[in-house]
Amino acid sequence: MSTFWIILTACLAASACSLVGSFLVLRKQAMLGDAISHAVLPGIAIAFLLTASRNTFPMLIGAGAFGLLTVYLTEKLQLRGRLMNDASMGIVFTTLFAIGVIIITLFASQVDLDQECILYGEIAYVPWDLWIFNGMNMGPRPVWILGFVLMLNIIFIVSCYKELKIYAFDRQLAISMGVPVMLIHYGLMGSVSFSTIAAFESVGAILVVALIVVPPATAYLLTERLSRMLMLSVVFGILSSISGYYLALWTNSSIAGAIAVMTGVFFGLALFFSPLDGIFFRKYRGARKELNELSLESGKPVAEYPQV
Amino acid sequence: MSGKSISEKNAPPVEVHDLTVSYNNKPVLWDIDFELPKSQLIAVVGPNGAGKSTLIKAIMGLIDPVSGHSLIYGKPLEQMRKKIAYVPQRETVDWNFPVSVFDVVLMGRYAHLRLFQRPTATDKKLATEALEKVGMADFANRQISQLSGGQQQRVFLARALAQDADIYFMDEPFAGVDASPEDHILQLLRELRSEGRTVVVVHHDLQTVSGYFDWVMLLNLRLVAFGPMETTFTKENLQKAYGGRLNILSQVIELSRKEAFIRESGHE
Ligand SMILES: Nc1ncnc2c1ncn2[C@@H]1O[C@H](COP(=O)(O)OP(=O)(O)O)[C@@H](O)[C@H]1O
Ligand SMILES: [Mg+2]
Repeated sequence: MSTFWIILTACLAASACSLVGSFLVLRKQAMLGDAISHAVLPGIAIAFLLTASRNTFPMLIGAGAFGLLTVYLTEKLQLRGRLMNDASMGIVFTTLFAIGVIIITLFASQVDLDQECILYGEIAYVPWDLWIFNGMNMGPRPVWILGFVLMLNIIFIVSCYKELKIYAFDRQLAISMGVPVMLIHYGLMGSVSFSTIAAFESVGAILVVALIVVPPATAYLLTERLSRMLMLSVVFGILSSISGYYLALWTNSSIAGAIAVMTGVFFGLALFFSPLDGIFFRKYRGARKELNELSLESGKPVAEYPQV
Repeated sequence: MSGKSISEKNAPPVEVHDLTVSYNNKPVLWDIDFELPKSQLIAVVGPNGAGKSTLIKAIMGLIDPVSGHSLIYGKPLEQMRKKIAYVPQRETVDWNFPVSVFDVVLMGRYAHLRLFQRPTATDKKLATEALEKVGMADFANRQISQLSGGQQQRVFLARALAQDADIYFMDEPFAGVDASPEDHILQLLRELRSEGRTVVVVHHDLQTVSGYFDWVMLLNLRLVAFGPMETTFTKENLQKAYGGRLNILSQVIELSRKEAFIRESGHE
């Protein structure tokens, strides 16, 4: 039974992170996931101190607030300080992370929050982290939280699908058409923050970044449609979770680490064997091209078509 | 496009008043003032970095000006978004994005849809018609990365057609387009004009300006000149806009006059 709960937790975390991560990858802002996952630390720490408990909802709110603050400060600093986006992001998230670390070390005696758990998570203990509601055992708490965040993400993406699509593809056009781009932007950043913090608690900061970036990047290599990219990213997140769990059992290593390794393995496979742009097939097609057999009907990418 | 009535008010399609735009306190547009005439093909020309793209972005509300404002049919942009379509420079988007040609054209219809609302069958029909118009219907299901530069340009044009606006702002729609598709695009622009729409095009090829367009705007930080082609596209104005390279310029004008002459006599 505990195997089931651990794998379910990992799958829920992977699905939630991959869905929002897909949009970050498409906007070439993949490292924003990394930035947010670090910058939410003071939010968690403050929520911890104020409520003196590991209650998740204050933590979600604290993390969400600091996630949006990261995005906002990054954009302001970029405009005002004439800095590159990545430089201003680096400044903002390292500063916030440092503040979080200071808060935790100052109050570490009062708070049950250790740094090891933040980096690597404690997914192995998920089955014993139970939610007792009215004296009833509802099952592991992280499953409920991650399930809730995943639902929020799905509702957001399904209801705002066309807005998210045009926002990710052509932001200027979206603004020129009166699409509420800022609402979508901060909605997405809020979702990233929620997913990050919800997943973070069980799988740790490093795996969160892997789940946000790698399954979407893998899916990106394999498909030509946004909807399929979203679905495939979830599939790869789940496959990595399951295979990662057994890899960890087999090698007797960290579950979170093994899952991160598996996301990388799937990415490598896609990089080599993608039928669209994989290294293997590109070589194969290159050979065929030399034989002058490349047909336009095959639907494979070709840089230039003859003009009609 | 379906015969939708062009806004009938007396106000000009676009009026710009005292517009100044700067990046990092460095002005790139200085005190620009003009009114666009109705139902004309209008070229915007000027050297690289003259502020042509910036002018369009400021009118489309993508950049906040330091001062000044613009009106669309006498009203603020916010109320008139559906009347005005923007074709950005091709390089501004990621052509590896996982969308089909049809998806991109359908985005033109989003201007007419509310938040949460899905594209309807009518929207899809209009998108298909727009693709047919630019001769790209066979490519509807291709991913956009599989297109040549000229085809990408035509997809952007189809998206603008699907938007069914009264005013079009196009940033270098002819860039990277070969001769035969260029004629096709020109044909479509003329069709838009004949339907009473106003089309503003940033154009980089001085040789074809006078043959393609009715009005011309010469821009270089300031508005150098703006008016009908015959009276405005002169050596003096070009020199003011482009600086001292008079020799090359006068040759360009000679050439373009000749080309326009050949075009016109060819039509007879
Ligand atoms: N986002 C930006 N930040 C800073 N400077 C910019 C930006 N965009 C354009 N510029 C500068 O503004 C000037 C005008 O640019 P632009 O409007 O693109 O010119 P054009 O389209 O006529 O070639 C150029 O000097 C350019 O370097
Ligand atoms: Mg430009």
